[in-house]
Amino acid sequence: MKLVAVTACPTGIAHSAMAAEALEMAARAAGHEIEVELQGAAGGPPIDPAVVAAADAVIFAVDAGVRGRERFAHLPAVEVRTRQAIDRPAEIVAQAVTAAQAAPRDSAGAPTPMAAAAPAGTSKGAQLRIWLMTGVSYMLPFVVAGGILIALGFAIGGATRVTDVEAWPSFGDAFSSKLLFGALLFKIGATAFSMLVPILAGFIAFGMADRPGIAPGVVAGLIAVDLQAGFLGGLAGGLLAGAVVMALQRIKVQGPLAKMMPVLVYPIVGTLVTGAILVLLIGGPIADAQSGLTNWLTDLQGSNAVVLGIIVGAMMAFDMGGPVNKAAYAFGLAALDSGNYAVMAAVMIAGMTPPLGLALATVLRPKLFNEGERESGKAAWLLGASFITEGAIPFAAADPLRIIPGLIAGSATAGAVSMALDAQLRAPHGGVFVLGLIDGKLGYLIAGVLGTVVTTAVVVALKSLRSSPSEGVGTIDITGSAAGAQVAGTGVLSGA
Amino acid sequence: MSTTLDNLVTSDLVVLDLAAADRTAVIEAMADRLDAAGRLTDRSGFVAAVLAREAETGGTGMESGIAIPHAKHAGVTEPSVVLARVPDGVDFGASDAPADLVFLIAAPAGADDVHITVLSKLARRLVHDSFRTALRDAPTVEAIVTILKGEIQ
Repeated sequence: MKLVAVTACPTGIAHSAMAAEALEMAARAAGHEIEVELQGAAGGPPIDPAVVAAADAVIFAVDAGVRGRERFAHLPAVEVRTRQAIDRPAEIVAQAVTAAQAAPRDSAGAPTPMAAAAPAGTSKGAQLRIWLMTGVSYMLPFVVAGGILIALGFAIGGATRVTDVEAWPSFGDAFSSKLLFGALLFKIGATAFSMLVPILAGFIAFGMADRPGIAPGVVAGLIAVDLQAGFLGGLAGGLLAGAVVMALQRIKVQGPLAKMMPVLVYPIVGTLVTGAILVLLIGGPIADAQSGLTNWLTDLQGSNAVVLGIIVGAMMAFDMGGPVNKAAYAFGLAALDSGNYAVMAAVMIAGMTPPLGLALATVLRPKLFNEGERESGKAAWLLGASFITEGAIPFAAADPLRIIPGLIAGSATAGAVSMALDAQLRAPHGGVFVLGLIDGKLGYLIAGVLGTVVTTAVVVALKSLRSSPSEGVGTIDITGSAAGAQVAGTGVLSGA
Repeated sequence: MSTTLDNLVTSDLVVLDLAAADRTAVIEAMADRLDAAGRLTDRSGFVAAVLAREAETGGTGMESGIAIPHAKHAGVTEPSVVLARVPDGVDFGASDAPADLVFLIAAPAGADDVHITVLSKLARRLVHDSFRTALRDAPTVEAIVTILKGEIQ
């Protein structure tokens, strides 16, 4: 990545120089190119306009006004004080990289109006989006590794069988039995997936409060998993952890106590306060929501099949592993046990269309997505086909208010069509790998295609309404995201 | 390099163990060194300028334990750096780290670009762990002067 930076301070002797050096070191250590313009008493020459034109993002590390700021107006920007650049240069560089990745560009590489209109780091919404994107960017490798390994495990060992293998296979077993080799891949993938929410939460908090945010954030994510609060719970937990540590960092202390703050106070108090708030405030409501939804679904059992398909489909996509999704999945399992195979079919297809629809959207309208999202779109094809709904989480976590409605619309469509055409499924998971256990394959295919197309259409429509790119994330109701839950694919990790 | 720059740091401008109650006391004590070396014509004016800069920036302390109080002032006769090690640490406004390595940078009001460039170069070095460690571990005043001169020549 190519970065440019301006450092400026009133005297121009010390801070601007230190900030420049720190940013140069950090950017190069992270493998980026950077050119820094020092402004101040001994201001250096301005950066070559050609370099500015080719840059991906700009960092302003300034305690004074920037001369010629308009030269950088087309670039995603991160603006900090010189002190922040000196103390935490790696974090500032990472924010600039995230801002660059978050800013979609058109194919010519020219800046979109959005990138110019909303330099990151200025509005609260843009800041929030950068925090979320930081968490998502660290979570992505876990999604890809876990998702692909689980899918391969399904393909090699059989989707309905690998999940039943309890123990880690031994060396001899893994290489003598296709089932056990598949189980090995599946279990490694499932382990990677178990870290999705903790990593998301931990690195949202890292984006907010730097290193002291990681421990409270990861613990918040683990608690969200344990409360079955899913990725939305993890998102809320990460933001909470970051906010708590940022508040602690504002407390000024003197003398020897100052040394104890990062070593003892931030980790202990930050983790305790974050964890206590999460457990005490959202634990109860989540449990209530789940049991309430389960009861509600049971009451609906005899109602119109298409309506039921719409409801379970919408629920599957709503929080991808949260209490709503879990209630729908549990309902599907219960129906499966009682010999009703249609509900499970609707549940599974509704859990497949979110990644598939997003993958299609990244292909049809790449400009609406940043680089990281376009890359995860490629993996999302396989994840969706394997009924690994987690493939949609990176998209949803970065921009929940515009992604989730599209996923819900598509999954409700898929569920309704599956029920209407009476597709049947006699397995609790597996996606295309359990094709043999599906009756009414043509109807099922139609349900999947329609659901995917609707997902894509709604997501593209909502993403195109980009009057303010960060508006959506900016208005997330943190307390409301008590919905959310553990890892999504549902069947995959909760076992059958 | 001009001869003035050879005089940027001299052994009488290095304090190995400075004990002082607070930020102001540290700056006062370091300004005394400049004054004693004949590099100030307006000691109180210079100190006031440094303190004003501290107030304006919220403190020049960094999380790495260094602080760089500084000012450009008419009462300074030549570009100078005073280095003090403060073993007990003193608060310079960094969020969680008292400063134990304090650089007082003094520049004349009319300092030319060469001077400022040298001071900036020194400031840049402060970002490097190895440089700070060398200054913290240096056994004598002379060793510190040698390290500093090595960086700006």
